[in-house]
Amino acid sequence: MSVLLSARGLRLAFGGVRAADGIDLDVMQGEFLAIIGPNGAGKTSFINMTTGYLRPQAGSIAFDGQPILGLPPRKIVRRGIARSFQLPQLSGEHTVLENAALAVAAHAGFWSPWRALLRPEYRRDAEALLDSFGLLPLAHARADALNEGARKLTDIAMAVALKPRLLLMDEPTSGVAASEKMAIVETLVRVLRQAGVTAVFVEHDMDVVARFADRVAVWSQGQILALGPAAQVLEDPEVRREVIGIEAGPLLP
Amino acid sequence: MSRPGGKQEALLALAGAAALVAIAFGAPWLKFVLTIALAKGLAVLGILLLLRAGQVSFGHALYVAFAAYVVAFLAPLVPEALVLLPLAALGAALLGLVIGLFVSRYREIFFGMMNLALSMVFYSLLEKFYHFTRGTDGIRVQPPRVAGMALTRDGYEWALFGIALGLCLVAGWLARIYLASPMGQALSAIKTRETRLEFMGISARAALLFAYVASAFLAGCAGAIIAMTTRHVTPLLGYWTASGELVFIAVLGGAGAVLGPFLGAIAFELVRVYAAATLADSWQLILGSVLLGVILFASRGLWGVIEALLRRGRRA
Ligand SMILES: Nc1ncnc2c1ncn2[C@@H]1O[C@H](COP(=O)(O)OP(=O)(O)OP(=O)(O)O)[C@@H](O)[C@H]1O
Ligand SMILES: [Mg+2]
Repeated sequence: MSVLLSARGLRLAFGGVRAADGIDLDVMQGEFLAIIGPNGAGKTSFINMTTGYLRPQAGSIAFDGQPILGLPPRKIVRRGIARSFQLPQLSGEHTVLENAALAVAAHAGFWSPWRALLRPEYRRDAEALLDSFGLLPLAHARADALNEGARKLTDIAMAVALKPRLLLMDEPTSGVAASEKMAIVETLVRVLRQAGVTAVFVEHDMDVVARFADRVAVWSQGQILALGPAAQVLEDPEVRREVIGIEAGPLLP
Repeated sequence: MSRPGGKQEALLALAGAAALVAIAFGAPWLKFVLTIALAKGLAVLGILLLLRAGQVSFGHALYVAFAAYVVAFLAPLVPEALVLLPLAALGAALLGLVIGLFVSRYREIFFGMMNLALSMVFYSLLEKFYHFTRGTDGIRVQPPRVAGMALTRDGYEWALFGIALGLCLVAGWLARIYLASPMGQALSAIKTRETRLEFMGISARAALLFAYVASAFLAGCAGAIIAMTTRHVTPLLGYWTASGELVFIAVLGGAGAVLGPFLGAIAFELVRVYAAATLADSWQLILGSVLLGVILFASRGLWGVIEALLRRGRRA
């Protein structure tokens, strides 16, 4: 397997707070990598640095062998890295379909003032996208009227519309009712495998991590404490004590 | 949400245009007022484009005045309305591009104030360079030919009225197409979710710049028509109160549809004429009260009222 994204020696501090304190991480082509860790560990900051929103004070990031540090977000997107957000970033006054179509347009040819956003080909692509996410029944709902699960999925669908090679998802199931979480995860696994997208996702729910992740990286105070196959990391007694917050012992049903 | 469709809006626009022509026939002295109102409607349509992106310019009279002075300076050299108008509008668009490259970095209050500041600079230039602009006295504009014809006074007024009305219909139609396009729909994303645009690979600045240049072009059309109609340009065209007036009309007419600016502009000019005629010196009072009423009771402006009536009509 080849390395798709490679971060080396990332450092970022806000005043005295260390959001990244020497982060080295390789993301492999085709894998699903989970980032776990307590609040304030620097997980979102890693996504922000990788997508060009925050500039680290030191270190380097390469995507597909090319350095991307210093590029603005919109150029990094064009190289093939898309993201979703901890708080979904939808246009509330637009429908789900319009939001999706805007992402389709952003990828396919945005700069035409003459043709409608909901032209047949964009509408078709947006509907197909929503269908794959199970969102088609909500296509004509206003985005600000959705429940959190649907908002998260729409947000992720918009990132997938950009046809990325690497998708960074910030807490895809946070704020979602526990009963809905697994359905969202199943949808994501199916859609992303089908599209052949490599995914990095930040997650607090260990059941989601166990179902979704190939590998897990454990973040704490801007450092990676542990990195390895999901089964191994999730069973590590120290990780469980320090980060997951359950005493060592077998995961009981 | 049920909103009047494109066909309904087009019908309303045509009916409105026919009504204006009828008024101009019935009360010839209103032709002048309506021409000015339509011109202002064009400038306010530009304000509406920026409002869609959540940005309010308090300096767009700059482009109105710029185009008006272009007409005043060029009229002796090219005495042809159909050449002067596009030249002045393109000149304003070009100035809009130069200034837009700069102001499109700013948002909200900074965007508004930056535009205001630049318009004040331009205003004082018009005032100070007396030997060139004749200062506050302004410049007289000789009526140009229209399509090669030297017209009588009445014919000239009809011609300008017709040009203004035609431009309004075309501009409203084009603005509607633009607003429905990805670039136009992205404007409301600038208002609420600008970073999202960047993370979709779209330069929000470029999207705003396009709207800004379009708004300068529209204000330029307005300035050219006003210069040829009033046949006298003064720095007051670019004074900050004139910019405020455009924003006022935008709020009065409503930003929900491209008809709003024209409704607002016509209502504004008619109220002004009749208020000035009946109650001298109470113009500001009436204006202020009307604006208060709109904000308190019809926050979507006159267009919002019409929209509500149409919806009720359809349900009944
Ligand atoms: N733009 C910023 N300005 C100042 N401090 C920031 C900024 N972004 C993040 N921080 C700080 O950096 C630290 C890491 O933040 P980050 O958002 O990366 O954490 P996180 O691991 O995503 O946490 P959570 O699980 O709560 O989302 C926190 O202490 C946060 O307050
Ligand atoms: Mg976070």
